[in-house]
Amino acid sequence: MNIYDMTLHQLRKMLSEGDITVQEIYSSFAGRIEEVESKVGAFVNLASDIAELQAHKAADRWSEGRNVTPITGLPVAIKDNISLAGVPNTCSSKMLKNYIPPYNATVVEKLAEDGALFIGKTNLDEFAMGSSTETSALKITRNPWNLDYVPGGSSGGSAAAVAAGESPAALGSDTGGSIRQPASFCGVVGMKPTYGRVSRYGLVAFAGSLDQIGPITRDVHDCAIMMNALSGHDICDSTSADVPIPDHTTGLKQDIRGLRIGLPGELFHEGIDASIREAVYAAVDLLTGMGAECVELSMPHLEYSVPVYYILATAEAGSNMARYDGVQYGYRASGAEDILDMYIRTRSEGLGTEVKRRIMLGTYMLSSGYYDAFYLKAQKVRTLIKNDFDRAFTRVDLLLSPVTPTTAFKAGKRADDPLQMYLSDICTIPANLAGLPAMSIPCGFDNGLPVGMQIIGKPFDEITMLRAAYAYEQSTDWHKRRAVITG
Amino acid sequence: MIMEYEVVIGMEIHAQLLTKSKLFCGCSTEFGAEPNSQCCPICLGFPGSLPMMNRKAVDHIITTALALNCTVARESIFARKNYFYPDLPKAYQISQDDQPLGEKGYLDIMDSSRRIRIRRIHLEEDAGKLVHTEGEPFSLVDYNRGGASLMEIVTEPDIRSAEEAAAYITELRSILRYIGVCDGNMEEGSLRCEPNISLRLRGAKEFGVKVELKNINSIRAVQRGVAYEVERQSQILNEGGTVIQETRRWDEANGVTISMRSKEEAHDYRYFPEADLVRVVVDNAWLNRMAAALPELPQARRERFIAAYGLPAYDAGVLTESKEIGDFFDKVAAISHDYKAVSNWIMGELMRLLNETGQSLEQTHMTPEVLAEIIALVDKGAINLKSAKEVFEESFRTGKAPSKIVADRGMTQISDEAALSGIIEDVIAANSKVAEDFQAGKEAALGFLVGQVMKETRGQANPAIVNKLLREKL
Repeated sequence: MNIYDMTLHQLRKMLSEGDITVQEIYSSFAGRIEEVESKVGAFVNLASDIAELQAHKAADRWSEGRNVTPITGLPVAIKDNISLAGVPNTCSSKMLKNYIPPYNATVVEKLAEDGALFIGKTNLDEFAMGSSTETSALKITRNPWNLDYVPGGSSGGSAAAVAAGESPAALGSDTGGSIRQPASFCGVVGMKPTYGRVSRYGLVAFAGSLDQIGPITRDVHDCAIMMNALSGHDICDSTSADVPIPDHTTGLKQDIRGLRIGLPGELFHEGIDASIREAVYAAVDLLTGMGAECVELSMPHLEYSVPVYYILATAEAGSNMARYDGVQYGYRASGAEDILDMYIRTRSEGLGTEVKRRIMLGTYMLSSGYYDAFYLKAQKVRTLIKNDFDRAFTRVDLLLSPVTPTTAFKAGKRADDPLQMYLSDICTIPANLAGLPAMSIPCGFDNGLPVGMQIIGKPFDEITMLRAAYAYEQSTDWHKRRAVITG
Repeated sequence: MIMEYEVVIGMEIHAQLLTKSKLFCGCSTEFGAEPNSQCCPICLGFPGSLPMMNRKAVDHIITTALALNCTVARESIFARKNYFYPDLPKAYQISQDDQPLGEKGYLDIMDSSRRIRIRRIHLEEDAGKLVHTEGEPFSLVDYNRGGASLMEIVTEPDIRSAEEAAAYITELRSILRYIGVCDGNMEEGSLRCEPNISLRLRGAKEFGVKVELKNINSIRAVQRGVAYEVERQSQILNEGGTVIQETRRWDEANGVTISMRSKEEAHDYRYFPEADLVRVVVDNAWLNRMAAALPELPQARRERFIAAYGLPAYDAGVLTESKEIGDFFDKVAAISHDYKAVSNWIMGELMRLLNETGQSLEQTHMTPEVLAEIIALVDKGAINLKSAKEVFEESFRTGKAPSKIVADRGMTQISDEAALSGIIEDVIAANSKVAEDFQAGKEAALGFLVGQVMKETRGQANPAIVNKLLREKL
């Protein structure tokens, strides 16, 4: 087995048994990047200087047996909308192509303290707005399972990097499915934690009431390891929760006998490809066989999730994007006549079509005379959706559903049909609206492309989700398959 | 014909709060630092940064709300006010829209004859400052002030004249200083006021077209600016014209208001809740703690000074304008019961010296004990008033005890009749012509003789006794 095909926990075990060195690990992944990156295109920037320095320090920690954590010496790729001081944080936008942040995101600080190696910054849909990574203004990322297909988005670079063996783990951000959907398309594990579980400080905001940083890994055990590293209250993020942090790896191996799992009918509707429904139902059978009690239930307000989401998320996005005006940092258009002209030229030239579309939508939603009809009403429906979840969780411990209506689609196929693209977020959006933890794990293949299933949990109960996911994973081998990159 | 119109004024105040750090980050708020030296990723709105709430700033708003008789919101939320301007790094200001921290209060002015209702008090962040360079095709931005904590206080349109506008600001500034939330410095811009002024026919129900006034840097400017605007608008109306809704700038040097921009450029600020901050919940314990810490306010203190010390209203007003002076009066009055004398000393010598030296009371050597001692010395005739003033100034500057100054400088007043008799006889002898004039009935001559005795004693003779002895001897 190639080193670059291994998981965090496998690499950690070899390091602790002295079978491998930090340098060998770093070299293997760096070599793999060299080999496949020109085809996959997962990274916007490689932070080689930083990673090499971190590798030396991590090697020292291992040789001195001092302060060694589960990820010391192991690579983690970082989505390029999370601040790593001294390295451009482009958000895959022309606007921030040359913007170098002077500070670290809280998650970056935490990973650095644990001794992770920041192997590079990954491509995304511009400002995380998109579901295919095709709105990136900087490069194209391809699906490692089939290079003609998109990796999903917006954390497409992170998912592709993990699926291609360029990094054993990566950070993504998830506002409406941006971790789970690309994880599903690329056949890896992705988790959006409970809103408030992980600090958002340093994550460039798309929509602050929905955004959450989370890990993308090869298997469930690695997901738990990353959750341990990322979770925790942060005074820099007033919305981060001051609640106890469990060890996410304990309890993975407990059986799931008696676990109650709900299947919301609204997420299995006819718009979902039959092959995906079949794969998820097969997983349901398997879980039932292991002693879980699976029941179908109805959550009537979920069908409004997409419009509610696109009202609230764009309203926030329009405001969040306003700071990119050419005054302080980032792109500034030349030849402006006056300040207004500078704003208009800078934003016209610096931002892409999808970002502009969302700014315009969001500005409209908040405009005088429309606020009550759109924003306020959407907030009310958001509460109804939350209530649906609250009710469901009085009956069950977890919810199970498809992640996406289809497997990965061909590059360019939906780029001109934003509405179709928006509608494909139907299964992932509800968890963001309700602030709940949700993850995607591989549950099959269709025409050589991965299929994922989604597990949604109660607030701050990632542990139960991980237990069910681990139990399922142990009796399947989807997660052991590796993409063969050809072409 | 101004009399035909009723003046309607509402006032918006922005007060920079006395917090060591900015509203959402740890940057210093000190005035006058090098441009852009007090900034960080948070107050510069760098991508990915988030605001952290400064609890002290919330404390200040609650205190102010209590002092202005407002209802304090038990749950308050923040909102974004969206607009593009280079001094606003995020292109939105974190402010409050619905559910501000304070609402529905009032402030009484003009000896409680007028009540100005307070509509709302809220917390928001300040913007940076644009620096325009003469002759250059660009402007510079200084973000040092950006993100500083700012309190907005909005009145109902209850103010009816320039005098009332000035009285409102005076009283409000005094309260803000009493409760220690704002230094009230209008020149440095830590207290900024924007009156909006309109006229309507007396008895009319509907408001006239309002004009907002900016660039008011002193209380005098409030009065002058508003008076000018009232005059300008009434002239327009009298001539059959209509007032344009606009923002005008007060030009202090020329004593006029100048149009800045009309409301046609009015913004739709698209307020919506700020998701990056959790709501502020003010529980009973927090509210009670703030209420318990509230000091006696100027108006209550004024009334007490009149009732308890029998001071004239004027004195009570002057003595309570600043909390420091009012506190000082209370302390002296606890020792010295000649309250009017205490008041005279404070309003006279003390304020003159404070003005002259530019010091605050705390920075000087003057203490309640020292002033009480000086008053006692005068009272028992040990020194005369002229010497007492010299003693006061020396104590003020050096901290030396009054009795020691009197002894060292040989200032003790001569009231001993035996000691004065000889001097008086010498003066009569040397001025026999004048003495005869007096005996012939010329009263004014006595004054000259008293003066001569005072001169001989270097001012230390007790004038009352000199007067009495002269009359006896003549």
